[in-house]
Amino acid sequence: MDPKIRVLVAKPGLDGHDRGAKVIARALRDAGMEVIYTGLRQTPEMIVNAALQEDVQVIGLSILSGAHNAIVPRVMAMLREKEMDDVVVVVGGTVPDDDAVRLKELGVAAVFQPGAALDDIVAFVKSAVRAAV
Amino acid sequence: MKRGASETAQPRTLSGIPLESHYGSPAPGEYPYTRGIHAAMYRAKLWTMRQFSGFATPEETNARYRYLLAQGQSGLSVAFDLPTLMGCDPDDAAALGEVGKCGVSIASLADMETLFDGIPLDKVSVSMTINSPAPVLFAMYLAVAEKQGVPFEKLNGTLQNDILKEYIAQKEFLYPPRPSMRLVTDVVEYATRHVPKYNPISISGYHIREAGSTAVQELAFTLRDGIEYVEWALERGLAVDEFAPRLSFFFNAHSDFFEEIAKYRAARRIWARFMRERFGAQDEKSWKLRFHTQTAGCSLTWQQPYNNVVRTALQALAGVMGGTQSLHTNSLDEAYALPSEQAVTLALRTQQIIAHESGVAAVADPLGGSHYVEALTDEVERQALEYIQRIDEMGGMIPAIERNFPQGEIAEASYQYQKRVESGEQVIVGVNRYTQDDEPKLEILKIDQAAEQSQVEKVAGLRARRDATRTDAALAALRAAAESHLNTMPLILNAVRAYATTGEICRTLGGVFGGWQERSVL
Repeated sequence: MDPKIRVLVAKPGLDGHDRGAKVIARALRDAGMEVIYTGLRQTPEMIVNAALQEDVQVIGLSILSGAHNAIVPRVMAMLREKEMDDVVVVVGGTVPDDDAVRLKELGVAAVFQPGAALDDIVAFVKSAVRAAV
Repeated sequence: MKRGASETAQPRTLSGIPLESHYGSPAPGEYPYTRGIHAAMYRAKLWTMRQFSGFATPEETNARYRYLLAQGQSGLSVAFDLPTLMGCDPDDAAALGEVGKCGVSIASLADMETLFDGIPLDKVSVSMTINSPAPVLFAMYLAVAEKQGVPFEKLNGTLQNDILKEYIAQKEFLYPPRPSMRLVTDVVEYATRHVPKYNPISISGYHIREAGSTAVQELAFTLRDGIEYVEWALERGLAVDEFAPRLSFFFNAHSDFFEEIAKYRAARRIWARFMRERFGAQDEKSWKLRFHTQTAGCSLTWQQPYNNVVRTALQALAGVMGGTQSLHTNSLDEAYALPSEQAVTLALRTQQIIAHESGVAAVADPLGGSHYVEALTDEVERQALEYIQRIDEMGGMIPAIERNFPQGEIAEASYQYQKRVESGEQVIVGVNRYTQDDEPKLEILKIDQAAEQSQVEKVAGLRARRDATRTDAALAALRAAAESHLNTMPLILNAVRAYATTGEICRTLGGVFGGWQERSVL
């Protein structure tokens, strides 16, 4: 049997609306993954350090405040610095289409906008981890 | 209801049938107010149409407010950005990328002066959605009134100032629960003495529902929060009938039409009985639960966004048929961003159509006596009372929060709801049924990064310009008050007058009270 996929679900920025992050975390856990939820108000530094310590294959960032253009590039740059490019980063939240394109150019594997189905997110994470191995 | 010359004193149906102000008994306006707090309801006074609004700089938001007032909106409701909500200045490292994004950035009295420039505070009622830093923003509002020459006794409006639902749901907290409750009570006491027509707290279920609760949980946790605030004010030495008439509530209007109406009816009945029987209030005004309603942001979909207009209209209708005192209707583009001017105008027109075309405002509690609605009201009440009793047994809302009880109940409810959406058991049109590939594209509001730069420069300029000795002395006096048992409000007002910033005042209080991290539960 494959070892469990390890996922860090993180909530960066000042926003406290954690409904989405918690629902996704539970869905990934119910799908058999090992999920670590960081809690609120994590800086990019805290997120990348937690990802390193927890040795995760996936980071899920939940951002609903419109601050994704300020936060995600910093997370991606820090992952590169620490040579953690193999970690799959997915973003969920209110990210407009053109911003989603830009985030993917920075190396984000997928952006899940409002209404995305949990099954699709779970399936994407599984296949992205398989492809990254 | 304000009626034009063409509207007769006694409303009629379109066929000319004259209408009574209510049907059946007991009449609305009678204890325990299940049917509404006024006998004549919207005939006497229409609900206040109050659209929550704020973005970017104070200058831009001031322009939006003037536009909304010109379109017939009857009150203002200020949305602050996340740095302001979290007590950070625009140049704080934590504020990077968030200034002006979710609301307007207000870093000092200077920003508040700009926000209300040309808006007379004795004529326009203003609601402010702010919680942990509520005393600071309330003080800035009072200081602007002083500058406009408006006495505090003439100020109308509402401060959200509801910290308990932050620990439960929205998570915008700065300090531990007990010092936060002390600040809430400082504001309640100060307003009771000096700003008597102002609502110093808006006990809010809205955010609890948005976090994924059921209607019953929204009702139960909100009313139990209300009990907590009453107990703290009594502990402070206020008499119940001094402050209870100015407690206000804020509920969500979600998509289950009849359950929402039952929720509002049950809310009034439970609160009236608590105030009279549990707290011994004598004044009828203390028994009457007044509430604001906002349609459910979490029900808005990204897919087929024009469907959101219809969802919002139905939810707003539930709020009106449930007897709301004021209403915010969401805009169709709010799953994407803050609303465009065109979208917010359509949302306001939705209320105006319900008010003036649909006829539902003519008769109070039009569903009262319906077997279905009465039974549902009773059942929602019964289940909410069960929750309230459980929280009483835990020793009140603060111990309940500390053991993650409401947070856990909400997380479970939201996950179960999402699973029903995923399975298709809960239909969401355009999302899990009747989907289409060619989605219409919306023109959405984008907040220019220039707003952040402008606010950063402004706050730096202010710090260089102000009388630093005066500001420092005011902050030191505030710190001393926070360490004592004095009411902090007069000291916060002095600090604001000396142009201390939102961040400086909140950090001063944090230096005394400490911070708060929640224990996250999945």
